[in-house]
Amino acid sequence: MANPGTALKREDWRLKSAQDLAALQNQILASRDPERPEIVVCHGSGCMANGSPKVTDALRAALTEAGIDAKVMPGIKTTGCQGFCSRGPLVLIRPQGLFYEQVKPKDVTEIVERTIMAGEPIERLLYKLPETGEPVLTEQEIPFYNLQQRIVLHNIGKIDPADITDTIAAGGYQALAQALTAMDPEQVVAEIEKSGLRGRGGAGFPTGRKWRSALNAVAKKGRPIYVVVNGDEGDPGAFMDRTIMEGDPHAVLEGLIIGAYALGASQGYLYVRAEYPLAIKHLEIAMSQARELGLLGENILNSGFSFEVQINRGAGAFVCGESTALFTSIEGKPGNPRPKYVRSVEEGLWGRPTVLNNVETWANIPLIIGNGSDWYAGLGVPHSTGTKVFSLVGKVNNVGLVEVPMGATISRIVEEIGGGVPDGSPFKAVQTGGPSGGCIPYHLKNTPVDFDSLTQAGSMMGSGAMIVMDEGDCVVDVGRYFLRFLEEESCGKCLPCRLGLTRMREILDNFSRGQGSEEDIEDLISLAQAVQDGALCALGTSAPNPVLTTIRYFKEEYLAHVRDRRCPAGVCKELITYAIDPELCTGCASCARQCPNNCISGEKKKPHVIDAALCIRCGICKETCKFDAVKVS
Amino acid sequence: MIEFNINDKKVKAGAGWSLLDTARHYGVDIPTLCYHESVAASGACRLCIVELKQGDWSKLVASCIYPVQAGINVYTETKRVQNVRRWIFEMLLSACPASGEIRRMAAKYGVESTRFPIHDPDQTCMVCGLCSRVCEEVVGLSAISTVDRGVHKKVSSPFLRPTDVCVACGSCVSICPTGAMQAIFDSVRGKPTMQLTQLTA
Repeated sequence: MANPGTALKREDWRLKSAQDLAALQNQILASRDPERPEIVVCHGSGCMANGSPKVTDALRAALTEAGIDAKVMPGIKTTGCQGFCSRGPLVLIRPQGLFYEQVKPKDVTEIVERTIMAGEPIERLLYKLPETGEPVLTEQEIPFYNLQQRIVLHNIGKIDPADITDTIAAGGYQALAQALTAMDPEQVVAEIEKSGLRGRGGAGFPTGRKWRSALNAVAKKGRPIYVVVNGDEGDPGAFMDRTIMEGDPHAVLEGLIIGAYALGASQGYLYVRAEYPLAIKHLEIAMSQARELGLLGENILNSGFSFEVQINRGAGAFVCGESTALFTSIEGKPGNPRPKYVRSVEEGLWGRPTVLNNVETWANIPLIIGNGSDWYAGLGVPHSTGTKVFSLVGKVNNVGLVEVPMGATISRIVEEIGGGVPDGSPFKAVQTGGPSGGCIPYHLKNTPVDFDSLTQAGSMMGSGAMIVMDEGDCVVDVGRYFLRFLEEESCGKCLPCRLGLTRMREILDNFSRGQGSEEDIEDLISLAQAVQDGALCALGTSAPNPVLTTIRYFKEEYLAHVRDRRCPAGVCKELITYAIDPELCTGCASCARQCPNNCISGEKKKPHVIDAALCIRCGICKETCKFDAVKVS
Repeated sequence: MIEFNINDKKVKAGAGWSLLDTARHYGVDIPTLCYHESVAASGACRLCIVELKQGDWSKLVASCIYPVQAGINVYTETKRVQNVRRWIFEMLLSACPASGEIRRMAAKYGVESTRFPIHDPDQTCMVCGLCSRVCEEVVGLSAISTVDRGVHKKVSSPFLRPTDVCVACGSCVSICPTGAMQAIFDSVRGKPTMQLTQLTA
């Protein structure tokens, strides 16, 4: 890690008081020249997959080659996910704040020569407003960013997550220092209660009330009590928690330490799925750096409070995101949920009182302590305070991570921030809450996104995945997809979930083949209710939601499958046929060359035909055709 | 004693009793498959589901694991309860078609046929886990366990291999409600292909 200030010996780095922390922050800030150019490259998982590490390497090489005077030599900073994933790799140039998108290694020489040395923007790399095509210079001018309210994500994309000095310069750990020196544990809990914060993992249980019940349990049963971070984010299409852990690991850690202080815990656990190697790496670095500075471990900031934390990796079972399955997993047993008639705050990990909160919930804690509960309660709407981070995916222009105050409408998130569906048509539905949530149709686009409104609409907040669907998505197919996912991911302990999900999926399989009757739809609803009522844990009780909401809002589409043997979206393979429009076909034969079943024939430069008997309906011809001549019916 | 109501009748339960204990004490009929008094209840088969009601509020719970509370109103035969039970029986008839016990019990609650396809006509095991619980809790060994997850879950010895941890006491066979363990038993206590105990000695 970078040397924090001028300390020489390792033991000198240990901060011994809140004043030490403030002094270190000032020292770091004073050592930095705000006018020094800085190139910020996004190293979130999305941009890295798009090649941002190569861009960083190329930038380093280009800067060295350009032989810039050491005094004006720009720094290169790599940060966590900046959010605008569909535009990556993203590069920011400070101090001007220029925003470059889709930067390739071949662009870097030009960036160094024109932007860094000559100070002029490169128009080609700037973001263009979709309505006018006008290029804009900075992040603040892009609707995707300026319509958001980034509170939890405020540091992400600005700090280097692997360097604690960056976090401290940005005010990190100040809330912890404040809690340890100026507040007693009771005041911290009261502050969280007053903030109205509700758990960001999905169910929205009030965090303050959870902490209070845990304190009551400790009063009855004594210590130890454990604090646990749920970083087992498994919903398809969700990457909020990953981004927070990767981009601002100290925020999670700080929140956890504050919680441990408030609850009197001396041991904490970070349960992170093993599929998030970068998150685990950054958390490990953050833990060791915090330990070196005396912000974690024995006698934190000489306050007398000690706290240790360890990382447990989830081995890839979705059900381990469920609280009781997560506990049995940490205990070293198979991740099977247990009945929750006795709550986890009383009998959780190793049968002890345990407070388990989601990554985003913990990351909210330092903000509440630092800015006060009144400030926090002022954000969002009365029963759902604060902000919520959503991952916006599917048929939407601006795929990425957005943070908005609770109560923002679906339309605002999907249409204004997300830029709507790529072909400009209205979206068909938005799936919120992943496999446990439901589909919200277009006509409910003004539904405010808060815990209660979404539940009322038959969906749920869930962890915050938002999957946008357009007219090319079939609701029967969507239901099948989620059920197949949950069938594999169910622990298999209770019968309604293990048997019921398979049976529901089989009924939908029949629908997708045009088999079944209207009666079967009623049966499906009845079976779905039995699974909802009968299953043991939240995975099973919420699993029927996607099916139930789609039947509620798109019954016509179900009827089209069973009554008319027709898939209106053109997705269910056994109900569709591919044909070539002879008017549009130029006879280029590119579809015939791509067809894996060799069932397209025709003379050169004459309209081709598809042999429907041989066609396997893979859709490759439609994707290949440049003249839009392949039609689905 | 804790007083509450089952089907609008006043009942009294001792400390630590579950709803199922109390109901059976008073002769109220609740079906179970994964419950046995000699091992801890696990709430897996969900046949013992009952409805708790308080005004407009209601909730379904597994009676074998729900601790009694003073003043609650428990109903064992509501529409929602019957709906869950009916579907579980119907699904069991297709999943374990060879089990006479399941057929008899289902028939008692009015389910005599299933609309679902039968994939394995010889299957009797419904993975209730009684066998592995009795092995662990009563015998004090863990020769068998449920392995894998979701639709692939099944009862087996470690690594799907015969094990010499099994002392062939037969507790698992006698506790099995469907007779499935008889067939699995042979694959558990066969001659070990690898002497695990010798390796660790």
